[in-house]
Amino acid sequence: MAYKHYILVCGGVECDSNKGDDLFRKLIHAVEHRGLMADIQVVKSGCFGFCAVGPVVKILPDETFYVEVTPEDAEEIVEAHIVKGKPVERLRYREEESKVNVRIKDLSFYQKQFRIVLRNCGAINPEEITEYIARDGYLALEKVLFEMTPDDVIEEMKKSGLRGRGGAGFPTWRKWEFSRVVDEKQKYVVCNADEGDPGAYMDRSVLEGDPHSVLESMAIAGHTVGANQGYIYIRAEYPLAIDRLNRAIDQAKELGLLGDNILGTDFSFDIELRLGAGAFVCGEETALLASVEGKRGMPVPRPPFPAVKGLWGKPTVINNVETWANIPVIITRGGDWFAKIGTEGSTGTKVFALTGRIQNSGLVEVPMGTTLRDIIYNIGGGVPGGKKFKAVQTGGPSGGVITEEYLDTPIDYDQLGKLGSIMGSGGMIIMDESDCMVDVSKFYLEFTVDESCGKCAPCRIGGKTLFNILDKISKGNGEMEDIAKMKRIGHAMQRVSLCGLGQTAPNPILSTLRYFGEEYRQHIEEKKCPAGKCKSLISYEIIEDKCIGCGVCARACPVGCISGERRMPHLINQVECIKCGECYNVCKFNAVAVG
Amino acid sequence: MAKLTREDLQKLRADKKKEMDMSDPLKKEVQITIGMGTSGIASGARETFEAFQEEIKEHDLKHVILKSSGGIGLDHAEPTVEVQMAGMPAVIYGQVTPAIAGKIVRKHILGKALVNAHVYDRPAIDIVREWGKA
Amino acid sequence: MSVHTKVEIEFSDSLLSFIDEWRDRQGNLIMILHKVQEEIGYIPRKAAMKVAELLEVPLAKIYGVVTFYHFFKLEKPGKNQIQVCMGTACYLKGGEDLIQELEDILGIGLNQVTDDGRFSIEAVRCVGCCGLAPVIVIGEKVYGKVTKKELPGIIAAHRDG
Repeated sequence: MAYKHYILVCGGVECDSNKGDDLFRKLIHAVEHRGLMADIQVVKSGCFGFCAVGPVVKILPDETFYVEVTPEDAEEIVEAHIVKGKPVERLRYREEESKVNVRIKDLSFYQKQFRIVLRNCGAINPEEITEYIARDGYLALEKVLFEMTPDDVIEEMKKSGLRGRGGAGFPTWRKWEFSRVVDEKQKYVVCNADEGDPGAYMDRSVLEGDPHSVLESMAIAGHTVGANQGYIYIRAEYPLAIDRLNRAIDQAKELGLLGDNILGTDFSFDIELRLGAGAFVCGEETALLASVEGKRGMPVPRPPFPAVKGLWGKPTVINNVETWANIPVIITRGGDWFAKIGTEGSTGTKVFALTGRIQNSGLVEVPMGTTLRDIIYNIGGGVPGGKKFKAVQTGGPSGGVITEEYLDTPIDYDQLGKLGSIMGSGGMIIMDESDCMVDVSKFYLEFTVDESCGKCAPCRIGGKTLFNILDKISKGNGEMEDIAKMKRIGHAMQRVSLCGLGQTAPNPILSTLRYFGEEYRQHIEEKKCPAGKCKSLISYEIIEDKCIGCGVCARACPVGCISGERRMPHLINQVECIKCGECYNVCKFNAVAVG
Repeated sequence: MAKLTREDLQKLRADKKKEMDMSDPLKKEVQITIGMGTSGIASGARETFEAFQEEIKEHDLKHVILKSSGGIGLDHAEPTVEVQMAGMPAVIYGQVTPAIAGKIVRKHILGKALVNAHVYDRPAIDIVREWGKA
Repeated sequence: MSVHTKVEIEFSDSLLSFIDEWRDRQGNLIMILHKVQEEIGYIPRKAAMKVAELLEVPLAKIYGVVTFYHFFKLEKPGKNQIQVCMGTACYLKGGEDLIQELEDILGIGLNQVTDDGRFSIEAVRCVGCCGLAPVIVIGEKVYGKVTKKELPGIIAAHRDG
């Protein structure tokens, strides 16, 4: 026999250390004491996220969510909520707080996430088209083919306010409109699935979990602009996504949802895959198109824009995976509904890949306008290991860092731009005090230098020069003039590079200089890396008072440069030390210091 | 299947919707959905899937449907598994190793109790299901 | 799958029919090169020459494409290609240390192959398992939250593979 109620007590690290375990036992006691063991099960759960207001408790099946619950509240929860059926109002999480950015009255929920793009991920079998259909799949295409004119579709897209999710945020309806008005028989629709940001995998998850949402939208765009051929440009490094897309295309063709005379109408639309081959520059529309054509992925100046003159010189609508995944919902629910979510200038939701120094890493989809703090602390559960939050990086190699004091900024295209970062495709990397900003900038610059196609000098030479300067600084050979030099080169690259790659490549440097100028100064003037990352600038030393002479470090040292008598403080030979940090890692007495 | 007309598509949608609706209290089937995106598989979702297969066979549970989906996004808790059955709240389990898979079958499906320490919070409401109700 | 090292390179029937199928399609070159690499493991010069011949395009054009994209390899990789993810999350969590450790264990550098041809090491862009950082991939197998200590065991498990 099933229980009537389930009490879930968060067993996350934060909650547990905050008397969560005591609460758990008190709840069990309260249940047993009343002889309700057959009706109520008390279990520990995985981390709920809301660590700042922990310990948290959730009651099923009614989904009541209690926060800041103390062990003393256990009796009251069982007595009032379970026995008397009256939730304990004072402990309840205030739902209105979480609804700021979702102005939809009939939805009641406490979750910070709101999933439009990821609506089917985890819910359906992506290899089974009927499951997609059952969840209102191909309903939008049906509507477009039978009930709407292309004008209506554009109008709905316009009302929705949807902007491109690939990074730049250009209004999607305008791209479509540009293509639609061109008088040309052959037009194309392209899906950019060349997720290049090294720390982002939103698009891959959508393609692996819900491939049909992209196919359906591309057909809708085809019908709207007058194209009969679509291409999905996808990274060859995503074999599973490729496999699921291929199956999805086959199944859609079999049912007549792609191919000739879709659903018996005179509209025909086909989709083929084109594999990328590892070139970040192909995130740039014109470079991507060159690659779809089978050529080197070099960008060309715009205008003409691809919407007018794209693939093989024909009008081409390009959107990225996440943008496409929104469209069936906009068509079925209406542009007005969509525009209610998010902020005025940035409607809808955004998916982020939350990674790095974060408790609960994963994919997060939130309404635009949600604050970074909400994402990092309420969803992500904060920084693990008691370390201090330092910065969050958005936009990958084209973006920048945001510091603690700006965490309450609501996220949208414009706000992130003002802070010197960008929305980007959705990579969100959390960094803590052990991450060095010079090192991180160097990592990104190494990436963009490697990925530069070399066509234009500002990117080719500027990027390399910036990298060299950073390398010099990280090795302790920097000079204070280098900072002004980097700014000058960076600004020049932003202005005169041919494409987005070069224009945004200096962003990681410029933004870390803006917020962490002091850290650069320490590297240059004091020859110190406060985070302990830049190997040329650090040394490991054994603190005599703390060392008990156990010899663990000496045994762990790969080059055998630690010596000392047993039970006597040990010593590191600085000349031979390779700064691998093993001694620091293995010491149980915190007797190894990084300086 | 042959090419669909609009009416065919609508009928297919309605039929499949009914089949997939796990909220019906009279529903006899139990549905186990395993997140098998790249990172789920990297975390061992395939082994978990096989463990469920074994367990289902061992207990001769013909009413249990095992299926795979894309990742739900709880990367830190993968492999993740959702269990839906009448009379029990729909639950997402995380860090489901083959051993925990066995526990889920014995304790949750057969014993109608939750498995301790592995229940995770649903990241968001299901907007498609929510609309279905309206 | 077999590796052809004869003077005159032989393409398998499936590869030839794939090329035939794509010959007249727009934007075929990259797709064909992917297939060549899938079959042979890399794109040897002779294979590039043969593709040029079959498609009637200049060899220079093929090399232009092959050298532009990171994914295409000109050298034969090890039987087990150890890919170390160098996406941002993996980098922060010590991906570079893993490369160094692998180099020490196998006695080869990045993009080199061991003498017995069993292993090669490469640094790759984000494989999209950031939640498991740092990550290495060998063949189809993804290893997450890898520590330096685990590397010898992982390598041993693939030594005979």
